[in-house]
Amino acid sequence: MLSTFSQNAPKLRTLLLISVISISSAARAQEAVRIAFLDPLSGAFASVGTSGLKQLQFAADYLFNSRGGILDGRMIEIVPLDNQNSPTQTQIQFRRAVSEGIRIIFQGNGSAVANALNSTISRHNRRNPGQEMLQINYSAVDPILTEDNCSFWHFRFDAHEVMKLNILTDYIASNPDIKSVYIIGQDYSFGQILSDTSIALLKEKRPDIEIVGNELHPIGQVKDFTPYVTKIVSSGADAVITGNWGADMVSLARSIIDNGLDVPVFTFYAAYDGITATLGADGKNMIRLVHNETSNPIPTEQRKEFIRAFKAANPNNDVTQPRITNALSMIVAAMEETRSTDPYDIALALEDMRFTTLSGEEIWMRGEDHQIFQSLHISVHTDEGIEFDADNSGFGLFSEYHVPTEETIVPTSCRMSRPSR
Amino acid sequence: MLEVFIFATLNGLVTGLLLFMLASGLTLIFSMMGILNFAHASFYMLGAYFAYSISLYFGFWTGLIFAPLIVGVLGALVERYGLRRVHQFGHVAELVFTFGMAFLIEEAVQLFWGPDTKNYQSPDLLDFPLFTLFGQEFPAYRGFMIGISVTIFIGLYYLLTRSRIGIIIQAAITHPHTVANLGHNVPFIFMTVFGVGTALAGIAGVIAGPILTTFPGMAVVLGSIVFVIVVIGGLGSLVGAFLASLLIGLLQSYAIASDVGVQDLLNLLGLEFDRNHPLTDLWTLTLPQIAPILPFLLLVLVLIFRPTGLMGKREQ
Repeated sequence: MLSTFSQNAPKLRTLLLISVISISSAARAQEAVRIAFLDPLSGAFASVGTSGLKQLQFAADYLFNSRGGILDGRMIEIVPLDNQNSPTQTQIQFRRAVSEGIRIIFQGNGSAVANALNSTISRHNRRNPGQEMLQINYSAVDPILTEDNCSFWHFRFDAHEVMKLNILTDYIASNPDIKSVYIIGQDYSFGQILSDTSIALLKEKRPDIEIVGNELHPIGQVKDFTPYVTKIVSSGADAVITGNWGADMVSLARSIIDNGLDVPVFTFYAAYDGITATLGADGKNMIRLVHNETSNPIPTEQRKEFIRAFKAANPNNDVTQPRITNALSMIVAAMEETRSTDPYDIALALEDMRFTTLSGEEIWMRGEDHQIFQSLHISVHTDEGIEFDADNSGFGLFSEYHVPTEETIVPTSCRMSRPSR
Repeated sequence: MLEVFIFATLNGLVTGLLLFMLASGLTLIFSMMGILNFAHASFYMLGAYFAYSISLYFGFWTGLIFAPLIVGVLGALVERYGLRRVHQFGHVAELVFTFGMAFLIEEAVQLFWGPDTKNYQSPDLLDFPLFTLFGQEFPAYRGFMIGISVTIFIGLYYLLTRSRIGIIIQAAITHPHTVANLGHNVPFIFMTVFGVGTALAGIAGVIAGPILTTFPGMAVVLGSIVFVIVVIGGLGSLVGAFLASLLIGLLQSYAIASDVGVQDLLNLLGLEFDRNHPLTDLWTLTLPQIAPILPFLLLVLVLIFRPTGLMGKREQ
């Protein structure tokens, strides 16, 4: 079309060109804000990744897109990128995100991947000023990300491992019936810190508690946890601490149930995505989790509505990680505040931001190390007092032990180098 | 100590026998058709998923019978309309074909059943401890698994060595043209063997699904180990696959149950290393920690010292 015009009427062509340019600039103003979701969408940990993706997509649609978008009418577009939980694949997908012009990356599953992404982004941002990327970590809990390896371009929206273990060990220490503990975890930074920190904290809080087992197993490789559970039973442990997640947690839970192990099990991630259904009645009052945002009871009508709307749209999934919603909402707040989608502006605005979540709680992003602080809870797997169940099983998490924000704050060793502009 | 040993043996037996059910089909197909079926573990996964869906409506036992049948028919169809066409392009084409099948099946499973773990339960009938020893329960379902696997091994062994069908199959492996000349339908035999092999994988899936959990990654987790078994046992040897399965099951189970590590070895030698040593991860390595990768170590050793595998007859 254009070429026919151009042969006959050069003036018309100029006119057309001008109008095309003005249309495209108008389109750019309404161009979607693209956010990458970089997590396992296939393989052993696909269920955790896809469930997170659905929550992010839903939060974007429900909170922002359906209400006219952000920054005067721009939509949020979530771009799923499958990293198969592998650091190598993460690098490839990161390049893809860069080449597609995406500047914000959500990632949560696995600290090994988060650490790799953290160093990739630091390097990329140093070499490509003006093209910086922002890492929004909604779930990887290796403390090093907000301590020795902290970065201006990384923000964590979940309590880190040591914070969580502080709460868990307090809880264990307050229970005089527990005299011995067995620790089992996945063999990478996360599991190693789990065992070292648990041992150190328990020694400090309850020196009489004996560590009767301390086991690490390769992540995503164990087919059957029965041999491990056999070992736990014969060690005579009064309690188990595990950080397992995804398929490793389902299998471990299944073996614990099948082999009749009946002691309290303290976990980080033993709920949702098939785990709650697997535990069923056998795991009642036995499995506990430490996490942010209560599951039952839900404090505000606002959050209840959000969950109901999510369930209506995704009947087979649950809102497993409210922190995804919190992270997205805070980023949007930062964008609205600075009227910008540039990672540098967003990062500055996020520092020391205080934000009220759907649960009506004020949470704080510490500027010093980019770690979120909010109240933490220990919940038990049960079917009593459950308004919002998990896996449509009738069972869910009931929050029974609460720690206010002030008591969760830990010091950091982070010495962040801030880019200057 | 004794209780740990006894339970480690039982657990090893269960794992080993389960692996055998997968490996038997794989080795059968390989010895017949010379095809290393990369999609074998995917048929195992299909078995678990079909059985899960059937069990929702008709219970576990119906699933145990029909899921392997469906998987077997699917397998036969794949051979008839896929592999047989690819066959003329040689072994590499066949290999790539089965490799692609594995991805296809995984994606299909995710498409139809979703990515999350399915709550596939063992039957209530077997939901009791078979016996209690030293305060530990041994679930009846695991006893049932041992029973099924052993039955299949004996049945298969007799079928292949004692029955007329077995003789024809064995002959077709080594002398396909002679067998064809004698009036037997060799392509049909191949298709049946492929169907039976995949059905065996299906049975393994049906009975492993409830205890190893049913999720789209279950094929990947088990896939590589099955190849290790077939190679260690000797490609194409049923008895070899049986021995290798038990060997690997027990090896892993004992390694997990043990509590020794490099540290103990160093203590024995009177050596000591600082905790800040750059290789500290190596010095603190324990046997349970590396248990799941021991089979691969064994594979390397077997390939170096006995490339034909334990019972393999090839390349002699």
